[in-house]
Amino acid sequence: MERDDIIEYSLDAHHSEEEGKSIRKKIYFVTILLSVITAVEVITGVIAAGWEGWKWELVKWFFIILTLFKAGYIVMVFMHLKDERKTAKWFILAPYIVFIIYLLILVLTEGNYNNDMLHLFK
Amino acid sequence: MAGHASKSIDKETLWGGKISPLSLSYGKLMMWFFLVSDALTFGGLLIAYGFSRHRFTGTWPKGEEVFHSLPFLDGHYPLMYVALMTFLLIISSVTMVLAVEAGHRMDKKGVVKWLIWTVIGGLFFVGSQAWEWGHFIHGSHDGALLSDGSVYHGANLLINEYGPQQYAAFFFFITGFHGFHVFSGVVINFIVLIGAIRGVYHKRGHYEMVEKAGLYWHFVDLVWVFVFTFFYLV
Repeated sequence: MERDDIIEYSLDAHHSEEEGKSIRKKIYFVTILLSVITAVEVITGVIAAGWEGWKWELVKWFFIILTLFKAGYIVMVFMHLKDERKTAKWFILAPYIVFIIYLLILVLTEGNYNNDMLHLFK
Repeated sequence: MAGHASKSIDKETLWGGKISPLSLSYGKLMMWFFLVSDALTFGGLLIAYGFSRHRFTGTWPKGEEVFHSLPFLDGHYPLMYVALMTFLLIISSVTMVLAVEAGHRMDKKGVVKWLIWTVIGGLFFVGSQAWEWGHFIHGSHDGALLSDGSVYHGANLLINEYGPQQYAAFFFFITGFHGFHVFSGVVINFIVLIGAIRGVYHKRGHYEMVEKAGLYWHFVDLVWVFVFTFFYLV
C-alpha cells in the first residue's frame, strides 16, 4: 500500500479552526457580491428593455464586464485557482484565453460580414 | 489557504523531479485539464451562437422579451425566473465551497451537511430548467402570425415564434448541454456524498475528492454565468 512515488498534496492542505473562520468569511463576502451583481444585472436588464443605439451598446458592455468580474471571482476564490502555484494558474488560463479571444474575433467578424452580405443581396 | 502550493520552494528543487512542479496531485491536474477542454466546448458553442446573432442583427430577439413568465403566476415578470435560477446555482456553488472548506478541517459532519444542500440545489436547478423549457416550448399568449394566417405559439426545432430559427436551436442545445452537465454534476456530488457518509475520505486522511467534484460543480456555475449573460441579458 505504501508508495513513495505518489505525493498526497492534499495532506498538506488542511487548515485550523481559526483559519477556517476567516476563509468562511471570505466565502460569504463573495456570495453576497455575486448575488448583488446578478441583481444589478437583472434590474438593469429590465430598465434597459427597449433601449436602442449607443445606449444599448453601453448596457451590453456593462453586462459583459460584470460577467467577467463574476467569472473571475468564481475561478479565483471558489475554484481556489488563486491559491495554486503561479505556474499552475497560467498553465490553465493562458491557453484558454489565447484560443478563445482568437476564435471570438474571427467568428464575430465573419458573422458581421455575413450580415452585410444578407442585406447586399436583398 | 495553507498547503503545498503556498510553500516557497526554490526552482531547482521544484523542477528537479520527484515532486510536481505545479504542486497539484494527478487527479486535480486532470480535472483542470478536463475543465479547460470542456470550457473550450462551451466557448465554441457560445461563439457559434454569437455568429448567428451577428448574422441576424436586427431580427434577433432580446432576452427580456422572450423570458418573462413565472410558474403559477399569470403576468409579465421579465427575467425574474432566470434570476432566481442563477441565484439558486450560485448558492449551491457556495454550499459546495463550504463542503470543501469543512473537508480541509476534516469535519466529516460539515462535509456531509453541505454536500446534501449542494445536491438539493442542483436538483432544484435541473427542475427549474425543465420548467423554463416548458415556457419556451409553449410560447406566449399572442404567438406569431404565419404567412397562411394561422397563429403559432412557442418554439421547437422546426418553428420559432420569437425570431430566427437558430435562436431556438441554440437555446435548446446550449441550455440542454448545460443542463446535462448540471445533472451529471448532481450524480457526481451524490456519489461523493455517499463516500463521505461511509467515511472513505476520512480514512484516506484528506477530502480531496470533495475538492475535485467541487471544481466540476463550480465550473457548471461558471458556464451558467456566461449563458445567463449571452442568452438572457445582452
